[in-house]
Amino acid sequence: MSIINKKVTVGNLGAKVRSDCQVSLELKDTGGIQLAINSKVKAIFGKSIEKLCADVLHFFDIEHAVLELEDRGALPFVISARIEAALKQLIETDKEYLPEIIPENTTESKKEQFRFSRLYLPGNTPSMMINAGIHKPNGIILDLEDAVAPDKKEEARYLVRNALRAVNFYGAERMVRINQLPNGLDDLDFVVPHNVNLLLIPKCESADQIHQVEVRIAQIRKKTGVKHQIFFMPIIESALGVEKAFEIASSSDNVVAMAIGLEDFTADLGVQRTNEGIESFYARTRLVNACKAAGIQPIDSVFSDVSDMKALAENVKKSKALGFEGMGCIHPRQIVVIHENFAPETAQIEKAQKIIRAFEEAKTKGLGVVSLGTKMIDPPVVKRAETTLNLAIELGLISKNWLEEKE
Amino acid sequence: MLKKNPNSKNMNLVKNAIGRLVPTEVNGEKQIPFQGVNKYKPEGFKHAPKIPSNVDYPLDGNKKVASLKEALIKAGLRDGMTISTHHHFRNGDLIANQIFDIAKELGVKDLRWFPSASFPCHEHLIQYLENGTINRIEGSMNGALGRFCSEGKMKGTAILRSHGGRYQAVQDGEVKIDIAVIGAACADPFGNANGLYGQSASGLLGFALADSQYADKVIVVTDNMVEFPCVPWQIQGNHVDFTVEMDKVGIPEKIISGTTKITKSPDRLLLAEMTAKFCDVTGIIRDGFSFQTGAGGTSLSVSMYFADIMRERGIKARFARGGSNKYLVQMLEEGLIDYILDGQTFDLEGVRSMAENKNHVWTSPFTSYNFHSKGNFAGMVDVVILGATEVDVNFNANVVTHSDGVLLHGIGGWQNCLFSKTVILPLPLFRDRIPVIRDEVTTVCGPGELIDVIVTERGIAINPKRTDLIEKAKNSGLPIKTIQELKDEAEKICGKPEKIDFSDEIVALIKWVDGTVIDAVRKVM
Repeated sequence: MSIINKKVTVGNLGAKVRSDCQVSLELKDTGGIQLAINSKVKAIFGKSIEKLCADVLHFFDIEHAVLELEDRGALPFVISARIEAALKQLIETDKEYLPEIIPENTTESKKEQFRFSRLYLPGNTPSMMINAGIHKPNGIILDLEDAVAPDKKEEARYLVRNALRAVNFYGAERMVRINQLPNGLDDLDFVVPHNVNLLLIPKCESADQIHQVEVRIAQIRKKTGVKHQIFFMPIIESALGVEKAFEIASSSDNVVAMAIGLEDFTADLGVQRTNEGIESFYARTRLVNACKAAGIQPIDSVFSDVSDMKALAENVKKSKALGFEGMGCIHPRQIVVIHENFAPETAQIEKAQKIIRAFEEAKTKGLGVVSLGTKMIDPPVVKRAETTLNLAIELGLISKNWLEEKE
Repeated sequence: MLKKNPNSKNMNLVKNAIGRLVPTEVNGEKQIPFQGVNKYKPEGFKHAPKIPSNVDYPLDGNKKVASLKEALIKAGLRDGMTISTHHHFRNGDLIANQIFDIAKELGVKDLRWFPSASFPCHEHLIQYLENGTINRIEGSMNGALGRFCSEGKMKGTAILRSHGGRYQAVQDGEVKIDIAVIGAACADPFGNANGLYGQSASGLLGFALADSQYADKVIVVTDNMVEFPCVPWQIQGNHVDFTVEMDKVGIPEKIISGTTKITKSPDRLLLAEMTAKFCDVTGIIRDGFSFQTGAGGTSLSVSMYFADIMRERGIKARFARGGSNKYLVQMLEEGLIDYILDGQTFDLEGVRSMAENKNHVWTSPFTSYNFHSKGNFAGMVDVVILGATEVDVNFNANVVTHSDGVLLHGIGGWQNCLFSKTVILPLPLFRDRIPVIRDEVTTVCGPGELIDVIVTERGIAINPKRTDLIEKAKNSGLPIKTIQELKDEAEKICGKPEKIDFSDEIVALIKWVDGTVIDAVRKVM
């Protein structure tokens, strides 16, 4: 079944829009495929754009259509996502026009990996996705929720799906923030089969919501045969969510971190959000405690003043002092500040190195007990020192071979 | 493949030393193809203007005439002349348009406009290019003028020169200026002038220096006529024929260039940061070093990162080359730089500093870039950070045309700066979908042998000639790649660019710093 003679338009166009395009599509009874392409890169990509448009229509067995493309330098994965999103408003099909999955996007993430920074990328804005990875965030979030206007939600799903396959994020953990349930469940069809590493589940208020997501993932896996590991990071954004923090944190083995979203939380409380954050102190400490009790990472809210790096640094220090192990970013320049301030301090690193040296020495000497000076060192202390040093290595603060190097 | 077009304005093409087909004659003037870097040296004597005698000028020193029109008439404006202007007023220039309004009114035809650069505000002149008042522009072309030229609509063939190349062309007689019109923020009736004081302050007038010395007739125009003496006299009244006072020579807020703000783009800031890191790990940043950054947002941001590194190390630079702006002035005032040697002030802070601070020194293309000087400053600069529209796998770079072939930028001091000790181009690997590293650039403006490093957000390519830099950057943790690898990476993301077809009609020549032709720009189809 297809809708004839109705023109649909998807994508973005505007003076400031770059790396994107707008597609208008109308299916016809006769007349063949008519392409009207206007592209700022026509001189050097005109032919390949034309071919791509024709290929996508052919793939979906469209024989008669008028396709207008206003292109502002969109990459192929964007153009095909836009055409497909337009087309699926007019036809019913299970077929998907998928870009090749790049080898970099087949990696899995680990439960324990660092999640200091995760960069939010609006799910319908390709220009921000393309270079996100070069800023080296620990994770990138393709956001289908608040960063996408309600009338753009559907087309964003195609773009996010294609981005998960085609955009190189240079080693960042690939995260997607789905919409609030139940709508968010339908988002899963677009991301689960495409190697997403972690799902952010917004406005979470119960373990049951986590279970709903798991059920849907199981259905998709069964249908598609994909087995890729997918972790969860629920976001607590309400008074009720805070009260249910431990229930949610311990709801599933796949929950590896839990974040707090302070804009919605303060709204729910009916108070103003301040930089000092007194109004959210209880919620934040409650969340940290719940996470630690469940053995997962507590993650702080974003800091919204993107021009004030000093205030951000202060904020990160406070956050770290409360026990948080990461924070959201809404601007790439925040990443380095967040990493630097979550990073262990020099004194902490030196102490950790002493502990590990003592531990290694004890091991080679076959001693059962590790001691530093007159102090006995317990296994958890060694483990924490290891964590600190791994972190320092990861951040380039010490060499990977520090142990072999001179003290 | 170039097809022979019967309508082509230029018939004889030869392959120059960098493999480009260039004409041996345009605009009825013989052209010398590029012969390689430092290979061509003209002989003979410098061009000299006519001998003036002071008896022909008012004894009381008052050379004021009532209007620009009267000055142009008295200067003998007629068909076929070369009229020069400077670009210190940038997009706020009100002089050039008036000159050609007057020329049109007087029915004068076939003028050659010889600006040190043109700006979008000069779009007004397209009507005069169309009706024959102006035959051609020899100078940079931005925006609408560039497009007009690219579409083959200009009667004569445009010629683009660097700032230094403009001085060279004047000195060796390649371009004889009939009338120079010099807009000045401050002048006296004798013709002494500077750019320091007044509502149209532009800091200095260095780009008009050659014009004042070599033009047959010189007119100084100001909106701030002061009683003699106007000091300092950046332009000496002894070269000046007529002075004119008018209400406004420039629009102050447009004199400040739009491209001289620190970028807010995170991608560009990353590029700037990587560039500064590269300079740090390779030892370029050391106590007493010198640097120059171009006017683009990325280049400007590099100096901010330089400042951070210098503060951290407790070192300072001996000098920085301007274009100056508030960031450079801050560094001077903070004591991070001993001297700013300035070619143009990009903002009012630059103007203020130049007026107040004896260590903020005004220069000209003569001191900085000129091929016929007995040496110049360019080679003394340790590192220069420049932009480009494209680079090829041999490090040749383009600054004038975009990859669709349209002429959209001037050369400025870019070619001249290539003689610095290390030349670094921080460039995004692709703009939108357009890869910056190509098999072959659309237009060669600078030979790859003079370009040392390309910094992109996805990796840094070092010219294989610079084994010293390759060695020093080896274990720096910076992503060093070959230029071919960078090109492949861009094409993986963007796709492989298709070949563009050009007409074989030549619309502009690109001169090298010595006056030879390094490339020609073809009409776009």
